[in-house]
Amino acid sequence: MNILVCISSVPDTTSKISFSDNNTKFVSTGITFIIGPYDDYALARAIELKEAAGSGNITAINVGGPENETIIRKALAIGADEAVRINAVASDGFFVANQIAAYAKGKNFDLILMGRESIDYNSGLVHGLVGELLGIPSLSPVMKLDINGTEATLDREIEGGKETLKANLPLVLGCQEPIAEWKIPSMRGIMSARTKPLNVIEPVAVNSGLAFENYELPASRTSCKMISESNVEELVSLLKSEAKVI
Amino acid sequence: MSVLVFLESSDSQIKKSSIEALVYGRSIAAKTGGALLALVVGEVSNISEAAAYGAEKVLQITDARFAQTDAQAYSEAIADAAKQNSVHTMVLAKSSLTDSLTAKLAFLTYATAATNVVSLPDFSNGFVVKRSIFTGKAFELVKINSENKVISIKKNAVAITESAAAGEVVPFSPILSDKAFSIKTISLEKATGDVLLADAEIVVSGGRGLKGPENWGLITGLAKVLGAATGCSKPVSDLNWRPHHEHVGQTGIKVSPNLYIAIGISGAIQHVAGISSSKVIVAINKDADAPIFKAATYGIVGDAFEIVPKLTAAIKAAQ
Repeated sequence: MNILVCISSVPDTTSKISFSDNNTKFVSTGITFIIGPYDDYALARAIELKEAAGSGNITAINVGGPENETIIRKALAIGADEAVRINAVASDGFFVANQIAAYAKGKNFDLILMGRESIDYNSGLVHGLVGELLGIPSLSPVMKLDINGTEATLDREIEGGKETLKANLPLVLGCQEPIAEWKIPSMRGIMSARTKPLNVIEPVAVNSGLAFENYELPASRTSCKMISESNVEELVSLLKSEAKVI
Repeated sequence: MSVLVFLESSDSQIKKSSIEALVYGRSIAAKTGGALLALVVGEVSNISEAAAYGAEKVLQITDARFAQTDAQAYSEAIADAAKQNSVHTMVLAKSSLTDSLTAKLAFLTYATAATNVVSLPDFSNGFVVKRSIFTGKAFELVKINSENKVISIKKNAVAITESAAAGEVVPFSPILSDKAFSIKTISLEKATGDVLLADAEIVVSGGRGLKGPENWGLITGLAKVLGAATGCSKPVSDLNWRPHHEHVGQTGIKVSPNLYIAIGISGAIQHVAGISSSKVIVAINKDADAPIFKAATYGIVGDAFEIVPKLTAAIKAAQ
């Protein structure tokens, strides 16, 4: 089982987002970066599949600068065997997908796993594009995954439910919970991660059709109107006549 | 140089979010001077609405295999419709189905995709759209420079207004590759009759303050009188009190209803991110300092077990 897990480096989910330089730069001061929560599920399931198969190799790939090596080492500590960092700014989903596909081409990965989307730019395009670029099927969001030989059985979330599918490897999958439980690195994992290979590769040229202009923060809500607990009728009347939502 | 809108249906009805996509597409077509086309799959009872909202031509696929929502087949069909009708811009309403086909469609049509778009394009400086990023915590403006574009819009990206057009319905048989319908569906579980969370106009959500799954009647009872969908916070789905597909938040379902009622939910930043595009938020919590009140429009501090039954009765009485 040869698995590629794509990980994004994103602000911790508790982060407050702010911008500087006239809303053109993301302020990373004070922000803790983590492995994308959905990618973290994909990594955890990859490790379980490798353990179940009794053999295999897991490569973690990230597109980003040297500052991302902390989270890449964490992926190695959790259980990836080796890692690759594409030395470039992850400017958009199309760019990232092209870097991943260029790396994966010809390496015969049975599975390419990643989160359903990154929680920073939320494009949700990378798994679909990687599949198309490599000419292999892609599915998302996958919430359960089992492998039997060269066949995958998986559950995909659909609106108001789920469908169970069977597909042959190789596959590109966008993952989400409850595909696996997040894994916490062990002390032994942390020690061994220091010596596992982390290769740095320069990016391929990509001509993206998207150009960033600037950021915006949502307008802050006006302060909350408090209503006495003994007067729920007032709330009903406000929802009806003031907010006009019921 | 036309605009093509993919109309998704649910229970043989064109979804409201797809009507929004149609109005969105109409605005682009008016600006760029092209025709507005729509693509619909299967029999839909309200197909005339496509004309009422401006579609000049409605391509209808009747191939029964499309009952299986195979992303490959759907993206090939939309791409083929685009190719045959000199379409440069494709508009989709964000959903589970379109999320799974947007990237494929962009690839097949040599287009640039922009997802989570929340407003009409600004043409004053090219083609600039606003996207929701950091899971509702911020926006970015991006310029799409390529001629072909795929735009996936979030709910409420545009206000629905009518503008009647010919709306001629034309049967359409897309050319599909052998990759279409190659993935086998083993089984399908779908809740029927319930209001779908992502599409709901009103959502009633419960948190750990409800103390246990046995108390969920409070949530479903209120939801029932409002015709609302039910949701929950992450801890509630992690504890298996409620199924995962009800989890609202940064790593769950993101909702944009007109009314979101949070009951016994403290309002962790991850939960608020998933509800921030709601029009009105009502918070009911016994802790006056709970962060949910910072995100809420209306708040009641008190015991949910006393307030919710009273609220349910008051809404019933007011109907």
